[in-house]
Amino acid sequence: MINSNAKVLLEVRNLSATVAGVEILKGINLTVRAGEVHAIMGPNGSGKSTLAKVLVGHPAYGVSDGEVLFEGKNLFALAPEERSRAGLFLGFQYPVEIAGVSNSAFLRLIYNTVQGARGKDELDPLEFDDFVREKMKLLDMDPSFLDRSVNDGFSGGEKKRNEILQMALLEPKLAILDETDSGLDIDALRTVANSVNQLMTPHNAVVLVTHYQRLLNYIVPDYVHVMEGGKIIKTGGKALAEELESRGYDWVMDEYKAGAGAVA
Amino acid sequence: MTTVATARHPYIEALLKGYEPPHSALAWLNARRGAALERANALTVPTTRDEEWRFTDISPLTKLPFQPATGVPQLSLADLSPYVIGEAAARLVFVDGLFASELSENEGLPAGMQVSNLAEGLKHHGALVEPHLACHARFDDNVFAALNTCYLRDGALIRIAKDQVHAAPVHLLFVSTRPEIAAYPRCLVIAETGSECTVIEDYVGLTDGVYFNNTVTEIAVAANARVRHVKLQRESLGSFHIANCAVSLAKDAAYASHTVTLGARVSRHNLNVVQQGEGADARIDGLALISGRQLADTHTLLDHARPNGKSVQLHKCIAGGAAHAVFNGKVLVREGAQLTDSAQQSRNLLLSSKAHVDTKPQLEIFADDVKCSHGATVGQLDAEQVFYLMSRGLSENRARSLLTYAFGAEIIDRIPVPSLVARLEQIVLEQTQTSPTGC
Repeated sequence: MINSNAKVLLEVRNLSATVAGVEILKGINLTVRAGEVHAIMGPNGSGKSTLAKVLVGHPAYGVSDGEVLFEGKNLFALAPEERSRAGLFLGFQYPVEIAGVSNSAFLRLIYNTVQGARGKDELDPLEFDDFVREKMKLLDMDPSFLDRSVNDGFSGGEKKRNEILQMALLEPKLAILDETDSGLDIDALRTVANSVNQLMTPHNAVVLVTHYQRLLNYIVPDYVHVMEGGKIIKTGGKALAEELESRGYDWVMDEYKAGAGAVA
Repeated sequence: MTTVATARHPYIEALLKGYEPPHSALAWLNARRGAALERANALTVPTTRDEEWRFTDISPLTKLPFQPATGVPQLSLADLSPYVIGEAAARLVFVDGLFASELSENEGLPAGMQVSNLAEGLKHHGALVEPHLACHARFDDNVFAALNTCYLRDGALIRIAKDQVHAAPVHLLFVSTRPEIAAYPRCLVIAETGSECTVIEDYVGLTDGVYFNNTVTEIAVAANARVRHVKLQRESLGSFHIANCAVSLAKDAAYASHTVTLGARVSRHNLNVVQQGEGADARIDGLALISGRQLADTHTLLDHARPNGKSVQLHKCIAGGAAHAVFNGKVLVREGAQLTDSAQQSRNLLLSSKAHVDTKPQLEIFADDVKCSHGATVGQLDAEQVFYLMSRGLSENRARSLLTYAFGAEIIDRIPVPSLVARLEQIVLEQTQTSPTGC
């Protein structure tokens, strides 16, 4: 839902970033307002996941240029946990398995930690159990996932549902979902997409990082950005995603090169 | 009367100076104490030049003049309330090595479950004890077992009669309250044919002072019997704890050991399990969680002496600060012990750059149709896991402590006493929180 008067949640200005000394992002500009759904598409290695990781503060990624404002404040001045508490969320492409920590204890811990940091009420184990079971119903998740270790032995689809469950608990202002559709069959995709849609309000926003247009049939984007070579080379609406699906990426790159050539 | 030779080591000489083994009405017991005294005199205190002790320097112990306690100090049950285990069917409490009957609960036990202090047991059931006491734990080449045996006065006796199955654990609580005391706790567990029991051997320090526990535990598991053994070492951080545990398994017997090491300045746990009957099953779990300048050494020997034996071992060490963890796990498959199935894992987590782990799996196989595996890993916390937790709002310290806890929880969760699992999880969580990385 585009509302040009809505609050700017995220402003990425000329962001460049490196991994192991190699520059992967080369000047990203992106503005996300409350209520918007953005899709970032692009071929493998174009820098989509790097952008997601840089925004949430993964230590392996270094910012070499530019700035990012989250609700008008310098995002890079915040430690990763502070970004989370401030309302930034990453749904991981590969959620990490943590054997030995029960999912229910983990979910309660992160919920209460973030609630506490936001000055809101924490829940005791019994209250939380009721609360989380309701959320799991929406995601069509079996309650037995509460008793297992975090993501340990979960299938790809189960891990992704667990990510969305965390998103539902933490109620982020801005959720970046990195390849949330990969590993999901069509029913699971529909369920997950449904949940994300239900979590959308005029006050929050979602950035979907995805390879395929498939997810965008269920979560309809307001903006579609094409990344290549560490830059956003084209931005359009929902129709652009469909065009990418039918025609591939080559024409966008050709168009971009031609444009760049014309400028030069 | 035993002729006492001059001890070869000044420490032992000091310990044994003027020492006469207590006299018992049981001739066999006097003979065993006497033999142990002879060995104690003949043996020397191991140094790091001994292969079995090369990582563990116990010289600080030999500089301290510990003596056995006389007279039980006044302790109330309220002092012990943090350590009481609700599920326990019986509790024996020993204070500074001396039996405290008023703190113990061993009345009205079900038929076939006998739990008493050893001195009492020897008085009434000498014939029952004779085939076992000082027969499983060898002292001829082990100076600490020899010292324990010649000082043998009291301890715990548990006997489960044939085909009796008791899920409720027996809690043996050894409390140390005073510095400069050497105690020689002794436990004997006799599980008769087809019986089952759970024993918790628990060492707790209530003093900040330096003291020494030299323990020997013997567990005889008869055919088809099953013993679950929890050993919890939470001594004071200044103390010394040297333990020898010998387990003997008859045909189709099963033994599960859960050893958790949290305390002591220097600790050594020797666990020897001998499969003397065919088809025996041993499951050995260990966790050492240490920090500061602690040293925790675990030596295990799984002796597959007969065919069709099975053993599964998982030993974990978490070392923070400048702590030093040692694991030496020997699996011996004797000639003729065909179809032995043995798996051993040593997994170690270093929380700081000054922490140190020495792990040494040892396989000695003299049979040709066996399945034996072993592996050892030493690592640090997984950076991706730490980041994942931070991305969910947890501070780095919280994330690290949770992951450290999770590493140890695998061992703790398998302890067959739910209230103890909950309490240990709490202890581990607190301990991992107070020992952040890099210190």
